[in-house]
Amino acid sequence: MTPTLHRVVAAWLAALFLVFGLSAASAKEAEPAVADPVLEARMLKIATELRCLVCQNQTIADSHADLAVDLRQQVRELLQKGMTDKQIAQYMTDRYGDFVLYRPPFNRLTALLWVGPGVLLVAGLAVLVLVLRRRSRMPQDRFDAEEPEADEVPQGPRVS
Amino acid sequence: MKHLRFLLPLVIFLGLVWFLMKGLSLDPREVPSPLIGKPAPAFSLAQLDKPDLTLKRDDLLGKVWLLNVFASWCVACREEHPLLVEFARMKLLPIYGLNYKDERAAGMKWLANFGNPYEASLYDRDGRVGIDYGVYGVPESFLIDAKGVIRYKQIGPFTPEAIETKLIPLVRQLKKEAGI
Repeated sequence: MTPTLHRVVAAWLAALFLVFGLSAASAKEAEPAVADPVLEARMLKIATELRCLVCQNQTIADSHADLAVDLRQQVRELLQKGMTDKQIAQYMTDRYGDFVLYRPPFNRLTALLWVGPGVLLVAGLAVLVLVLRRRSRMPQDRFDAEEPEADEVPQGPRVS
Repeated sequence: MKHLRFLLPLVIFLGLVWFLMKGLSLDPREVPSPLIGKPAPAFSLAQLDKPDLTLKRDDLLGKVWLLNVFASWCVACREEHPLLVEFARMKLLPIYGLNYKDERAAGMKWLANFGNPYEASLYDRDGRVGIDYGVYGVPESFLIDAKGVIRYKQIGPFTPEAIETKLIPLVRQLKKEAGI
């Protein structure tokens, strides 16, 4: 090899090394988005149970409202202080009332809310059973459209 | 009774209408505060216009006072403010402002522009005292008695009716209770 070619090859190698070396150096692991992922996960778990009072149908975890951002930060700090999930829920209800919880506790005020759907379901089923039983006691031809009305023999109790 | 059974659907319908009508006049944004009847949360905050002076909750014990949460960015506060300025002229009780999540300069300019009904304004830059008081929509106001107990909360701006029919009678009653 001539000295010039030598130099060209060396320059290329150096350039290659520079390019790859640099990119290798810069391709380190991405910084985590938050300082403490474990804490963040716990915070989010708590925040999904809390209602944002500014935009009432969103959780504090979902909401971009200023108050939700502040409350997420507050939850983070309370966790750092070593408070349990239960204590934090209490902290929030002390300030904002039961309404802040997506799962309100069972008490005098929320009893109808918790029991209501069940009561309605049972009442609906009871009505259904009553109607069906009454219907089954009717004669078979009660609903037969072919038969003229006058032929009806009202043996069973009348519905209407 | 049996011949009246045809009225049953109408009765059920009217019941439903009653519930729906009731629902129209309820405001879901008005969440009753659990703090009513409880001691006002403690705070120690610098004043808005005097950063080196702090004011604590306990400094105000023995007085019946109103804490009004406001901010220069709050549109509804602008609506409420003239009422407060006028109410403050009655000198019925001292009003303290809580400047909530605001810039100090903006808050001071706002008071300079629209009048200052406050005995002093507390500066709650990061909204922490706001959280302790369960503030979720500015403006809000808390009426605090001489023992430091929250007795009434106004959510959203005061209206002339609210001042006339709720606030003023309650203030008079609380002052009487405290013997002021």
